[in-house]
Amino acid sequence: MSGRRTVGAGDLLRLGVFGLRTRPARVVLSALGIAIGIAAMIAVVGISSSSKARLDQVLDALGTNVLTATPVEGFGDSPPLPPTALDSVLRQDDVESAAAVGTVPDGHVYRNPFIPAPETKGIGVLAAWGDVPEVLGGTLGSGRWIDDRAGAVPQVVLGAQAARALGVDHVRADSRVWLGGQWVQVVGVLQPMQLAEDLDTQVFVPRDLATSLGFDGAPTSVFTRVDPERVEQARDVLAGAIRPGAPQDVGVTRPSDALAAKDATDDSFTGLLVGIGGVALLVGGIGVANTMVITVLERRAEVGVRRALGARRRNIRDQFLVESLLLSFLGGVAGVVLGVGVTIVFAVGQGWPVAIPVWAVAGGLGATVVIGGVSGLYPAARAARIPPTSALAAV
Amino acid sequence: MSGQPVLSLRDVTKTYGDVGALRGVTLDVAPGELVAVVGPSGSGKSTMLNIVGTLDRPTSGTVTIAGNDVSAMSDDALSLLRADHIGFVFQHFHLQAGATAAENVADGLLYAGTVRRERQQRAVRALERVGLGHRVDHRPNQLSGGEKQRVAIARAIVGDPTILLADEPTGALDTASGTAVLELLRELNTGGTTVLVITHDLELAASLPRQVRMRDGEVEHDSGGGTASGAAAAVDAAGLALAIRGDR
Repeated sequence: MSGRRTVGAGDLLRLGVFGLRTRPARVVLSALGIAIGIAAMIAVVGISSSSKARLDQVLDALGTNVLTATPVEGFGDSPPLPPTALDSVLRQDDVESAAAVGTVPDGHVYRNPFIPAPETKGIGVLAAWGDVPEVLGGTLGSGRWIDDRAGAVPQVVLGAQAARALGVDHVRADSRVWLGGQWVQVVGVLQPMQLAEDLDTQVFVPRDLATSLGFDGAPTSVFTRVDPERVEQARDVLAGAIRPGAPQDVGVTRPSDALAAKDATDDSFTGLLVGIGGVALLVGGIGVANTMVITVLERRAEVGVRRALGARRRNIRDQFLVESLLLSFLGGVAGVVLGVGVTIVFAVGQGWPVAIPVWAVAGGLGATVVIGGVSGLYPAARAARIPPTSALAAV
Repeated sequence: MSGQPVLSLRDVTKTYGDVGALRGVTLDVAPGELVAVVGPSGSGKSTMLNIVGTLDRPTSGTVTIAGNDVSAMSDDALSLLRADHIGFVFQHFHLQAGATAAENVADGLLYAGTVRRERQQRAVRALERVGLGHRVDHRPNQLSGGEKQRVAIARAIVGDPTILLADEPTGALDTASGTAVLELLRELNTGGTTVLVITHDLELAASLPRQVRMRDGEVEHDSGGGTASGAAAAVDAAGLALAIRGDR
């Protein structure tokens, strides 16, 4: 008699599959809890990752080397940027390109002359220096950017939302808006600007036209694209370059940081959903344990027969443990399929790339193995304690 | 077919609380015997089956199976002893409902450390031995009661046990199927397997070469001395059965 005889892994697996195969309805119902928990977690992580992947794509396209200089907002009056701000910035070594806009306080734009003056729909008028969309990584949906050379004819480019509000979705020869008491030709319509969403509700005019509307010549925002390797250094010198005497009056921000921060705020919500998924998993684990306890109660005779055939306690314990592991793992696989499916449907619906981290799938399946093991421990131990005489006692 | 007994009980008692289920049983079974343990319910024959099958331990006394003193063995060692030396046949067959006849029979070797391919081959051979070579891939619900019991017998003998224990093997069967199952047990015995049949059926017991009659936890009568075989024993047994029937 060899003392080292064991029931091999293949045989244990076969026993476990057999145990589940003969009770399909129970398997489906008790694996469902696990499946829902895993699906919820995979979907939450997958959707969040896909959203991040989308952001990364956007940031890749837009670049993270754009800096925006504005007058510091604070208590009291902060002095506007000097009219020379753009020129000062362009002289810096680290600056690759720059553009600026200045608010025209009395500039209002309407679809036609018959709209009452107060109905501006929140659309502001900005005087522009240089190629603003190029610096900000924006694109024109149609037409071209304004020609701001001295003496150019009055013309206007519309931000994406402003264009919609003004009823101009596409530039045509007769596209005009009523601006400052005259018809002005629309030469371009912008697409939404990811790095400067506040520009979407604005229209852009050459400085000549702006001046005729009462513009004081002071830019309110200077956009710069700097050497990607020297963003921090550039950030330090910009304020001083714009206002050598009082750099503290100039604030320099990095709009890509704001985008990333907006995405980061979603993380707390993600945490909540993952928590809910965790609760579902816990409940699912309890469901598996419950199912296994009932299974063991029902199968006293089978255990007795197996003991009579020579099964040791550990063989019985292993058999039920493997069954519990398989049950939980099946739920996990179904949950992964479901979660991945939900993520794909959602991401594709949003036009995002699908990004599901491997660690989430592996972690989810690993969790089901742990859950199955823990849930199966007690029922398996109970099964192992069933006395061998049960086969004869049970009818 | 004599020699060292395959099964030996010495002054075996088993008490459950205050109840003495076995009260000093001594019994020897020699290799190749076909023995009926017979008695009414409550006579202690089921307890004896549990103890002979090493499913339960005696309160006192010595049980020796195939030369192994059972009292000194661990639970694991007893399991291995069962896997190697004891085949069980149950009144209610206890087959796995979802598994084929061959799979059920192969389970009889699962805990003996036999590799799967060999288990399957030996299962088919065992089914052929019990006359079910044509039912290898049938599931229990496709088999008659007698066929199920023959599958169970195949499962019990697939590991070539030293002793085959059958607990009321015909108890759940109609007369014809029961006769066929008994005939099979007799054939297996002729082929060299030691068989112990536990039954309350006096007529069945009388048809076997040796009867051990139990009553109130004791052996009331033993028709053989451990070497019984042949026609003389059978005649003796028939006479005994008549005597028992006369008693009741």
